[in-house]
Amino acid sequence: MDARYACHSPEHVIARRQFLGSLAALGAGTMVGGLGAFAAPAVADQLKSDQKRIVVFNMAGGLSQLESWDPKPGAATGGPFRAIPTSVPGIQISELLPETAKQMHHLCLVRGVNTSEDDHGKGAYLMFHGRRENPAAEYPQIGAAAAKALAPADSPLPGYVLITPGGAGGRGNDSAYLGPKYASVQLGNGKPPQNTERPQNVSETSEAARQNFRRHINDEFLSRRRTAITEAFTYSFEQAEQLMRQRDVFDVSKEPAKDTDRYGKHDFGRHCLLARRLLEKGITCVQLTHTNYDTHNENFNFHIEQLGEFDRSFASFVADLADRGMLDSTLIVVLSEFGRTPGINQHLGRDHWSKSWSICMGGCRIPRGHAYGKTNDDGTAVVDGQVDHGALFHTYFEAMGVDSTGSFVVDGRKMPIADPAASAVSELLT
Amino acid sequence: MATTALDPKQANIVSQWAYERPLLACRFDPAGKFVFCGAENANLVRFNLADGKPTNFAGGHDTWVQAIGFSKDGAQVVSGGCDGKLSWWDTAAAEAKPIRSIAAHAGWVRTLDVSPDGALLATGGNDNMMRLWNMADGKLVREMAGHERHVYSVLFHPSGQFLLSGDLMGELKQWEVATGKPVHSFDAKALHTYEGGQRVDYGGVRAQALSADNKLLAAGGLYKATNPLGAVNEPLVLLFDWESQKVSKQQTIDGITGGSISRLRWLGDGSLMASCGGVSGGFLLFWKPDAEKAYHKLPFPALARDMDLHPDGLQVATAHADKQLRITRLAAKPT
Repeated sequence: MDARYACHSPEHVIARRQFLGSLAALGAGTMVGGLGAFAAPAVADQLKSDQKRIVVFNMAGGLSQLESWDPKPGAATGGPFRAIPTSVPGIQISELLPETAKQMHHLCLVRGVNTSEDDHGKGAYLMFHGRRENPAAEYPQIGAAAAKALAPADSPLPGYVLITPGGAGGRGNDSAYLGPKYASVQLGNGKPPQNTERPQNVSETSEAARQNFRRHINDEFLSRRRTAITEAFTYSFEQAEQLMRQRDVFDVSKEPAKDTDRYGKHDFGRHCLLARRLLEKGITCVQLTHTNYDTHNENFNFHIEQLGEFDRSFASFVADLADRGMLDSTLIVVLSEFGRTPGINQHLGRDHWSKSWSICMGGCRIPRGHAYGKTNDDGTAVVDGQVDHGALFHTYFEAMGVDSTGSFVVDGRKMPIADPAASAVSELLT
Repeated sequence: MATTALDPKQANIVSQWAYERPLLACRFDPAGKFVFCGAENANLVRFNLADGKPTNFAGGHDTWVQAIGFSKDGAQVVSGGCDGKLSWWDTAAAEAKPIRSIAAHAGWVRTLDVSPDGALLATGGNDNMMRLWNMADGKLVREMAGHERHVYSVLFHPSGQFLLSGDLMGELKQWEVATGKPVHSFDAKALHTYEGGQRVDYGGVRAQALSADNKLLAAGGLYKATNPLGAVNEPLVLLFDWESQKVSKQQTIDGITGGSISRLRWLGDGSLMASCGGVSGGFLLFWKPDAEKAYHKLPFPALARDMDLHPDGLQVATAHADKQLRITRLAAKPT
């Protein structure tokens, strides 16, 4: 990887040397056959405080900017909801987000997003890849790219965890040329990874013996033939073993009951609490989905329903990250595949709209308590601070201290982290 | 009531008047001179039935009005808004300003009804509450909790002894007005859908009407909601036997995709009339109480979001998404 980290402070350099030294002290055998580096608590703590992370809230279906980050009360397009003040004087958001409004001093609204893509699949692709879909090339999603750029190389935990609203879980196919090591581990409805419980008829001793035998054979093989594919294969086994050992990391029931109450006992509240837990445990990218905002019909009823669930959970999450001192190291992004039409259709719905919509960010280098970009009075066009998916993708990485104009080196070939035709939004970086 | 001329199959649109914004709600005043409407703005709007001239009643609400009712003598009109407020106005005022405004619900006032004796105003809202207000001075009389989701419709029984309330989940409750205690429940869950893929609750008891003999309670809404976010559903009316609280009939109509009942009224000939939306327009639907299928539908060029029946029993007002207030006559055109 050729990415340049923004932080070159002496402290960081020393810490990295200490970390590498600790790894060396653990012995080469550990490096080949296992991922035991985190047995050294001092190193783990140091990494925990330095490591940048990202959490992505995917408001699937297309959150209405008018019912969330960019209300237009009184306009013909405004809908029935009022705007409310936030903790930042001068910034108002929809009354559907009263708890989030209290956390606005930690957040930054981007109100001038224009992605010019009204198709669900294509819109999602460009927001999660920072590029327009290209049949000639596959690119890694933001979570995979963040895991590659930021996750400690020998972390025993996956770099990219996707909490899905339902389903059984598994591995995602979202890392493209970065390979399966960086693909998402999917937690279906927030449940721990699949097949990570030791079968009851296999004893601990027997399991250890099986793993030792596998390592022995593996090491022998690797000493003669070692390729990227065999490395990935080995990593998969090692990671699976670590996931079995660290299953508790994914167990949200270990969190205090009072937090469960605070976040909300519904699925999304549980997912947000799990996201906090995963980030605290050192997962680099956590992505969670709240669904469904594709409100062609009865947009206002459904936004009451959906944002009523989102608001308290999200606000609790932001407040906790701030309280725990994690905002400096954790980038928060709330995005959709697009926004919704300013025009209200006959079913009191709003349709797909990508020409003037909003996202919300926070943490790392993102300015706190800020609103960037502006739409016109009826929300139909961006009049100031227009940004698109490419610029945002650069901005996410720059905010996390990664030179977004850098490249990943894959099999000797440089693959740009973000679209070289775009660049970060300097106004969104402190 | 001119029941002799009533003939829903001959219904025809006699007037339509445009407003500046799409319309949401409509009610005739008791004297039958005006139609009051809520629209996609913060005004209550009065249309003069004689000439269709609209007058804005501004200053009572911060946002949309979607519930309207009248004092027994018709001198005052009450509006309920998405700002959670109730506002009282002089019905016939040349330049209207609110007599009083009160904060009634946390979240929208979705529905209201005035008691038959005119003394009480009942409201239901997004705070899952029902409240009874003194119609004369706007003082709170009683709160009634028991719904777990938004209250979509309220209706006084003609005796004034009971109040009915229906919510998003298809809970339909009968309350004793004097005590505020629940008396019975009607199972209207057929009007609710939870769509697991989209993770949304949808539907609800959107309309209620008691037959003239008080023996049948009609509850309207939608069913077959395979895609709530895309309005893929069909209209449904549940007819309950008042005494047993059992469903005596499910009333439907074929061929209206995207349809949902917005209001129900019983007609002088015993027919049940509903306003209904659809994918490509709106409808008035008509059922006989002993039949499952509608015997007639009158199409409109735009979705009908609300409906009311004139005191003469013949004229029908419908509030439309295309900004039009339409007046339909349920009788043959004059020759």
